[in-house]
Amino acid sequence: MTSLTLVRRIAARPTIVFDALTQPEGITVWWGPDDGPVLLAETDARVGGQFRVRFRMLDGSEHECAGQYTEVDKPRRLAMSWRWDTGGEPEEAGEESRVEIDLRPIDTGTELTFTHSRLRTEASRASHEQGWTGALDKLVRHFAPDQGS
Amino acid sequence: MAKYPASQLDRTFAALVDPTRRAILARLGQQESVSIGELARPLPIKLPAVMKHLDVLSTAGLITRSKQGRTVAVRLAPEPMQEAMTWLQRYERFWSSRLDRLAAYAEAEEAKIASADQENSP
Repeated sequence: MTSLTLVRRIAARPTIVFDALTQPEGITVWWGPDDGPVLLAETDARVGGQFRVRFRMLDGSEHECAGQYTEVDKPRRLAMSWRWDTGGEPEEAGEESRVEIDLRPIDTGTELTFTHSRLRTEASRASHEQGWTGALDKLVRHFAPDQGS
Repeated sequence: MAKYPASQLDRTFAALVDPTRRAILARLGQQESVSIGELARPLPIKLPAVMKHLDVLSTAGLITRSKQGRTVAVRLAPEPMQEAMTWLQRYERFWSSRLDRLAAYAEAEEAKIASADQENSP
């Protein structure tokens, strides 16, 4: 749970999904504007290249995520370091997390697997240990039966 | 983004890193109040080590200890765990909505290309 994994099936071919993930024109569209506008989107999608996305939330606060591409394998895989800034201040105590996106061609288009790991040093260490999910699930069910997952 | 006092979250996560402490919490999740002796019995470590783990959990605010006669009753204090879960859930929601929008965008792009292909073919 501390490393977050989400899977989506998308009715579009992998190259299109890959471009949507890496090109500023696409990011500007899909990143917002439900939660506020994207103010800036810069990408340099090659290994060692930087990216930066700044956006405004409905509460008026401005946030920025930035990092460096560590793997760029169009149209299969994308990996990058990731850090959050709020109003110029780093969140998560300035820690770098890691985002990995894998694209797998399926009959109907693409299966996208998104993983955000190392969210917090302690949390990610915990996620590597056996039994974490089970114990956590139990606790969650105990504490919050309405929203338990 | 998800703004919570980092120190409390860090303490919670730090406390949860250890498998013995998670085992203690899981036990307390099943049973409302457990004495230290009962808690220690199934664990493969000695009582002083158990006491140290209880100190960490107590400092993190995850448990409370109260003296009842000659025994100490340990109980779960759920608020910090809930806060940690809320933080993670908010993070998940954030990405979930982004990916939904990404999918919608990519599908619209796909439709554009598909219709352009159709026009170009005889």
